[in-house]
Amino acid sequence: MNMIMPGEMKVEIEVPSLVTPPGRTVTIAAAQNWRIRASLAAADLQETWRLWPLVWTLSLLDIRLRYRGSLLGPFWLTLSTAVMVGAIGFLYSRLFHQNIAGYLPFLSISLVLWNFINTVTAEGCICFTQSEGMIRAMRMPLSLHAARVVLRNILVLGHNIVVIIVVFSIFRVVPSQASFSLLPAAALWVTDSLAICLLLGIFGARFRDIPPIIASVIQIAFYLTPIMWNPSMLTHRGISAVFVTWNPFYALLEIMRGPLLGGPLAPGVWVTALGYSAALVLLAGFAFVRARPRIAYWM
Amino acid sequence: MANLLIENLSLSFPLYHGESRSLKKTMLAAASGRLGEDRKHRLVVEALRDISLTLKSGDRLGLIGSNGAGKTTLLRAMAGIYEPVGGQITLDGAVTALLDPSQGMNFDLTGRENIRLRGLFNGLNDSQIQQLQADVAAFAGLNQFLELPVRTYSSGMVVRLGFALATAIKPQILLMDEWILAGDASFMDKARHRLETMVRGAEILVLSSHNSEIILQWCNRVIWLDNGQIKADGTPEDVMAAYLPPEQFAQAKAAISVAA
Repeated sequence: MNMIMPGEMKVEIEVPSLVTPPGRTVTIAAAQNWRIRASLAAADLQETWRLWPLVWTLSLLDIRLRYRGSLLGPFWLTLSTAVMVGAIGFLYSRLFHQNIAGYLPFLSISLVLWNFINTVTAEGCICFTQSEGMIRAMRMPLSLHAARVVLRNILVLGHNIVVIIVVFSIFRVVPSQASFSLLPAAALWVTDSLAICLLLGIFGARFRDIPPIIASVIQIAFYLTPIMWNPSMLTHRGISAVFVTWNPFYALLEIMRGPLLGGPLAPGVWVTALGYSAALVLLAGFAFVRARPRIAYWM
Repeated sequence: MANLLIENLSLSFPLYHGESRSLKKTMLAAASGRLGEDRKHRLVVEALRDISLTLKSGDRLGLIGSNGAGKTTLLRAMAGIYEPVGGQITLDGAVTALLDPSQGMNFDLTGRENIRLRGLFNGLNDSQIQQLQADVAAFAGLNQFLELPVRTYSSGMVVRLGFALATAIKPQILLMDEWILAGDASFMDKARHRLETMVRGAEILVLSSHNSEIILQWCNRVIWLDNGQIKADGTPEDVMAAYLPPEQFAQAKAAISVAA
C-alpha cells in the first residue's frame, strides 16, 4: 500500500525552509443577533483591507490573463473605446444636430464612465460564483471578491481615460474650477461600486437568474440616461424631470462629467447622487450583514 | 499555544433543487404569501449536529466514519469556510486546510503566479514570497513548467504543485483530508518526509482518513462520526477497536508493529 508512515525515514531529503504565517484568534459564531452579524461583516471588510496586496495582484492578473498573448494587450480596450467614440460621435452629432466640438468630449466621458458602470454591474453579479474554488478551499474575506471586481474595472477605466484625454486635447476642452470636486466624486464612485458588487454578488449567488435581469436593466438605463444624448435636448419637451432629475445614473455621471466639461459645481446633482448612494450603501450593508455567512453554502 | 474550541456546532445545508433556487419561484411564493411557510419547510440536510470538542497544542485528532458522515464538512467548518448554523468555533492560531488537491488555484494562471497569490493570502512579504516560490519549485520539480498555466499540467503535476504549496506554509493548526495521502509511489517517497515535518511542526492536527493504520500511528485521539454526530470519542485504540471489524483491527495493529 502506498502511504506515509511516520516511523520509517529512509529517504533523507533536505528539510524545506517553511514559512509560518502570523496566527490570530478567530471566533466564528452562529449569528444569533444583528450585533454579532454586523461585527463579523465589519471584520470581513477589515480583513479585505489588510489583504489589499492580494486584491491588487488578483486584479492585475485578471487583466493580464484576459490579454495574455495578444499584441496590444489591455490597449485593445483603449482602441475599441476610441473607435466606438469616434464612430458614434460622428453619426449622432449629425442625428442630433449637435456641434461635434461640443458633442464628442461629452460622449467620450459618458461612454467611458458608462462602460465602467456596465462591467461593474455585470461582473459584480458573478463576483462570488466565479470565485467558487477559492471560497470553498479556504477561509478568506468574502468582500475581497467584490473588491477584486472593483479594482479590476478601475484598472480598465485607467486605460480608457486615454481616449478622453486625446479627445479633450483635440477639441481644447478645459475643465472648470470645480474640478476639485472630482476627488470626492471618485471616492463616491468607488464606494458605490463596492456596494453594488456586494449587493448583486449576493443575489447572483443565491438566485442564478440575476445576471441576465441586471444586464437588461442596465441596457434600458443606457438609453434612458443622458449618455448618448445631452440633457439640454430634453429641457423644452417637459419630460426631463423623470429621465434627468430623478435618474441616479445621471446624478452619478454628472458629478464627474459636469466639472470636466467646464461646468460649475452643481449642488442639486450632488444631493441626488449622495442620496442614492446612501440608500445603496445601506441596502448593500444590510444584505451583506445578513447573507455573508450563507454565501459559502450557495456555491 | 494553539487552541481549537468547538461548542455545540450544528450545520445544515439548504437543498436548492433546480426550481426552488430561481427568483421566479421565490417571488411567486412571496406574492402568494407562502414565503414564511416555504422557509420553515425548506428542505435541509443536517450535516453536523451538536458537536463539541476542545483541541489544544499537541493534540492529533483523527476523524473516522463512513462516507457522508460529515468528516469533510467538519474540517470545512473548522477551517471557517462553512459558518455554523448553531454554536460557535474559536480558532487560535494560523490555520491551513488541505481539503482538495486544487486548493482554490486558478488554473489559467501559471504555477508561479498561483504561488505568489498564496503567499499574499498568507500575508507574506516579497522576499518571503520569493523564498516560497523557490521552495515550491525545488520540491515539486516543475522547473520550466512553473511559467506555464496550471491547466497545461498533467493531473500528477497539479497534485505535486498543490502538495508542495500546501506544505510550504507551516501552520499551527493543520486540517487534512485524505487526498494528501494518495499519490504516485515515487513522489510519495519524497513527500513523506516533508509531510512529516509539517505534521510534527503543527501544534494541532486534524486528519480525516479511511486508512486505519495512519490513524493509529499519527493520532492520539479519534472521533467517530456517524450521521453528523459524534458516535465515539477516545484513544485511537479504543475507538478503532469499536469501529473496525475485529480481524481488520488485528491486521492494522500487526501492520504498525511491523513498521515500528
